[in-house]
Amino acid sequence: MSLIGEDGKREDGRALDELRPIKIEVGVLHNADGSAYVEWGKNKVLAAVYGPKEMYNKYLQDPTGAVVQVNYNMAAFSVDDRVRPGPSRRSIEISKIIGEALERVIMREDFPRASIDVFIEVLEASAGTRCAGLTAASVAVADAGIPMRDLVASCAAGKADGHIILDLGKGEDNLGQADLPVGYVPGTGEITLLQMDGHMTREEFDSALKLAIGACEEIHDIQKRALKHRYAIHKGGEGQ
Amino acid sequence: MLKEEEAPAAEQRILVIPGEELGDNSYKPGTGTYLKGDRIFASLLGVKNVRSGYINVLPLSGRYMPRPGDSVIGIIKDVGPSSWIVNVNSPYPALMHVNDVPWKVEFGKTSQYLRAGDTILAKIGQVDETMRIQVTLKEPGLRRLDRGHITRITPSKVPRVIGKSGSMVSLIKEYTGCKVFVGQNGIIWMDGDSEGIAYASKCIDMIDRDAQMMGLTDRVRQFLIDKYGSEPRRREPEELDEEEWE
Repeated sequence: MSLIGEDGKREDGRALDELRPIKIEVGVLHNADGSAYVEWGKNKVLAAVYGPKEMYNKYLQDPTGAVVQVNYNMAAFSVDDRVRPGPSRRSIEISKIIGEALERVIMREDFPRASIDVFIEVLEASAGTRCAGLTAASVAVADAGIPMRDLVASCAAGKADGHIILDLGKGEDNLGQADLPVGYVPGTGEITLLQMDGHMTREEFDSALKLAIGACEEIHDIQKRALKHRYAIHKGGEGQ
Repeated sequence: MLKEEEAPAAEQRILVIPGEELGDNSYKPGTGTYLKGDRIFASLLGVKNVRSGYINVLPLSGRYMPRPGDSVIGIIKDVGPSSWIVNVNSPYPALMHVNDVPWKVEFGKTSQYLRAGDTILAKIGQVDETMRIQVTLKEPGLRRLDRGHITRITPSKVPRVIGKSGSMVSLIKEYTGCKVFVGQNGIIWMDGDSEGIAYASKCIDMIDRDAQMMGLTDRVRQFLIDKYGSEPRRREPEELDEEEWE
């Protein structure tokens, strides 16, 4: 089976450097301090932020700043095979790396001994949920009114059928040669998340990273627009 | 001073997001901003505001961060032998020592004066850098609240509920005949007849929802006129829709 067609298009008709359609909605949950919902191709991801609030597990408090606790969870019905509910090796890992990617932009020092809790619920998964999750979480943190230096945008690049491609779909992720999720802070150029699964040469890696960073800039624009849109509705409109 | 500069930002109510550039070093970085190199960036989601040489971002959401001298409404969370723990709606619990109340409390008799669940009108005393908060009742006007209703709004919108020199809150008081006290921590206490309280909390919900809109006071007044159909007893202050967001 070939992932890249004769015409240079992929399974779903995208060009090699084309993103799946992305939609971000801000403030979808009323009981959370901040929230965001992201549809990214067939992925559907919800992020909720609570805090800063008193940190329980008192021995984990940090007197120099807030602790960012992320919980990434896949709904049982999010993939074809049922996901066994509860934390798994994979979800614990993703929670940790997304937490660390967010920590770099949040001004933790403003809230000593407090905790900022982020919940990421994957409702439907189709490759790239950690990137969608981080993108959603970063918007939700901004919506919660938590001070941060910039938003984090995230996107994956990789290699399939010998080609460097952007934003791997499910088939490309499963059957391709490499997957490279990147979390990127556009304002400073920092990379706050970087993982690689599979094999690429140094040159392939460099061009995949460049491709992913370019896409992160694009995703950052979508995040910005989503946040501005949420409050613009109230600004001009007749709030019911 | 700086009148011309202030006008556009105030009129347009520019919405900014974290990481957005706000200006260069001809301004000073105010609240909700940070300095990187010689440029000022927003650290909060909110409305840009330029005042007396400072660029500020007035947040649209976020928790209450206590500042010394703030009048707040607190709820007693726990009682100790010589102090109370008070929930002031911030990420941190506040401590009220027996020396900070207007009564002479014997050691261990604290619960005879205030119990868990009681509501108080208090003032923030000291706040240290690790966010240990003290509150006090030892000032005129501060007391336990024995009756009335409580409602909550986003703490950053408190200045809107108060309005310019108290215009909004006095409007609500005049029409509904309720006593209203707005705590800086976003907890609002109201006392009056049940109809008045219902309309007052409707007004407050409206302010919470539409805080960044222009002409909010007029809309609140219209709502109250629709409900009560009468002119207020007192003369209205001028220029009601020009409240500032402190």
